[in-house]
Amino acid sequence: MSVLQRDSGEQIQVLSENGQVTDESQLPDLTEDELVEMYRYMKLARHFDQRAVSLQRQGRMGTYPPLSGQEGAQIASAFALDDEDWLFPSYREHGASLVRGLSLKRTLLYWMGHEAGNAIPEEANIFTVSVPIATQVCHATGAAWASKLQGGDKAFICHFGDGATSEGDFHEGLNFAGVFDTPNVFFCNNNQWAISVPRERQTASETLAQKAEAYGFEGVQVDGMDPLAVYEVTKRAVEKAKDPGEGELRPTLIEAVQYRFGAHTTADDPSVYREEEEVEQWKAKDPIPRMETFLLENGYLDTEGVEAIEESVKEEVAEAIDEAESVTRPEPEEIFKHVYEGMPERLREQAAEFEALRETYGDDAFLEGH
Amino acid sequence: MSQMETRGETQNLTLVQAVRDGLRDEMREDERVLVMGEDVGKNGGVFRATEGLYDEFGGDRVIDTPLAESGIVGTAIGMAAYGMRPVAEMQFMGFIYPAFDQIVSHAARLRTRSRGRFTCPMVVRAPYGGGIRAPEHHSESTEAFFTHHPGLKVVIPSTPYDTKGLLISAIRDPDPVIFLEPKLIYRAFREAVPDEPYEVPIGEATVRREGEDVSVFTYGAMTRPTLEAAERLEDEVSVEVVDLRTVSPLDEGTILESFEKTGRAAVVHEAPKTGGLAGEITATIQEEALLYQEAPVKRITGFDTPFPLYALEDYYLPEATRIVEGIREVAEF
Ligand SMILES: Cc1ncc(C[n+]2csc(CCOP(=O)(O)OP(=O)(O)O)c2C)c(N)n1
Ligand SMILES: [Mg+2]
Repeated sequence: MSVLQRDSGEQIQVLSENGQVTDESQLPDLTEDELVEMYRYMKLARHFDQRAVSLQRQGRMGTYPPLSGQEGAQIASAFALDDEDWLFPSYREHGASLVRGLSLKRTLLYWMGHEAGNAIPEEANIFTVSVPIATQVCHATGAAWASKLQGGDKAFICHFGDGATSEGDFHEGLNFAGVFDTPNVFFCNNNQWAISVPRERQTASETLAQKAEAYGFEGVQVDGMDPLAVYEVTKRAVEKAKDPGEGELRPTLIEAVQYRFGAHTTADDPSVYREEEEVEQWKAKDPIPRMETFLLENGYLDTEGVEAIEESVKEEVAEAIDEAESVTRPEPEEIFKHVYEGMPERLREQAAEFEALRETYGDDAFLEGH
Repeated sequence: MSQMETRGETQNLTLVQAVRDGLRDEMREDERVLVMGEDVGKNGGVFRATEGLYDEFGGDRVIDTPLAESGIVGTAIGMAAYGMRPVAEMQFMGFIYPAFDQIVSHAARLRTRSRGRFTCPMVVRAPYGGGIRAPEHHSESTEAFFTHHPGLKVVIPSTPYDTKGLLISAIRDPDPVIFLEPKLIYRAFREAVPDEPYEVPIGEATVRREGEDVSVFTYGAMTRPTLEAAERLEDEVSVEVVDLRTVSPLDEGTILESFEKTGRAAVVHEAPKTGGLAGEITATIQEEALLYQEAPVKRITGFDTPFPLYALEDYYLPEATRIVEGIREVAEF
């Protein structure tokens, strides 16, 4: 039986919390190098996250949503895609986006409030960051639908949170996916909290995965802090999206059960609504040491290798920060660009009027005050 | 603050504390009042506008809902029709849109549709506006979507005193009120706010600064830079600053009274120019006071572009320099 056809309440796990293989049959088909690369991405995402939080604290960056604890789900789900597949991220998917080709520098620029951070390189199959919760679910369905109509052979993965499953757009997007049998993987990062609202407050359903049943396709719950299980489940879902079996629908809903170790964003104080004890319990499931143990015990990596990775991710992040911080403040004309293909006269006038004022009074007159 | 009445004890509160104070007072006075929204409970709201309410009134009256704005406003409409006085919080104005259908198709016309049988005494609160270095969708001012729509009242306070009084009026109002809070000045300054509940009437503008030469109409977070501009121009132009406080229905009386005195006007808002309140005010002046008019009415507003990411937001938002320049243009015409 396919891993996707299990009871939606049965959580799929490949690696135990101690990094021991619990289910040989689901061990993904990855080379040593790929396993090590996945681990390195997770370390990179974690280190990036820590630096990003401290940049915000030092006033070098605006509000930032941390991802620590969620690397297993992000990295492994992105890793399971083929090059031509598409990612529709939420705002917390810096790790997944990195795997799919979005540089750390660009992610930093986005959270530093630079329009340049929004410019996704042509070669990266990543849609824009969607801040309004769950809205991207419908976009992912629509793009997958278009691809199918065009005779394409790609999968479209969409990431969103547990809270997102309460929004209408989540349900409408999944319903369309079922009706039009679109090649989608709906990847729910159930990190137990939607800011201060616990998962139980979002739905009376036992699992989020079971919601797929209402739309006629498979829903599966996976240990979201077990990168190997996440990889395996996502891989199968991607394969099914492209080439469903007899009588199967293409879409899948994956509920990756995990935890956000840090605050919702740097503007949030989780001590107001959750116990430190709960955080500690989930930290025991940390995907990184788990993967590390697996790699060490199987001889895919030694402690020197781990240290080398640690050094290299530090350098990589430091370099990205230097690059992002050396980008100067964008020119105000950026505000008026890309609103339409051409610039309507009215907009041109507004831009010109502002530019004239700026020439008269100088930049400082506008940059003070707020 | 000429109209300020201070009864009994007062406390020095910020604008966001005044929101909380108003909610608390009305919840104490009227057990039909309840607060619902995302993170309004234990967390006390992402801006702490509902801090302490959960502890005082419990989870049946200070309700953390699932993450669903249409659900929040839709159920609030049902509650309001069925005898409650819900105050629904939208976490940011940029996230009000899933509820737009419920607001405009139902809250705004339940009374009309039922010929008065059902009503919707509900408040939808939302922080609006830019200037806080926030991510995308956290900085917009789209009050005109709601002022355009019949059946809604739209209130935007600019001081802590008015905030509490207007919020209490909004909760007691028999019709739906969209209550937009200028988050840029949530904590910018304090003001004496009476401990007792009091009302500031909906639909009344106030003159924040008297002047003879140019009338400037504004509201919310733009009131402060407008007053600053008026001060900078002190030796040059005598500027009257009118804080609208309610943007729907507009207080035509106060607008026209000021304009008939000065014959010159500017309107300041951070919302985009096209279709914004400034156009409505300008048209009202044209219709009602054309013969007093001595100069074109100047609109000093946000640009007709999406609100930029924050590295550019200072350029987007009207501030004192732009406002000074606009007023000067009107005065010198
Ligand atoms: C439509 C909408 N409503 C409210 C918000 C404010 N908001 C941002 S994140 C968030 C919680 C999201 O929780 P979840 O879906 O579980 O994702 P997580 O942040 O935990 O990854 C809320 C309420 C928003 N961004 N969009
Ligand atoms: Mg969550």
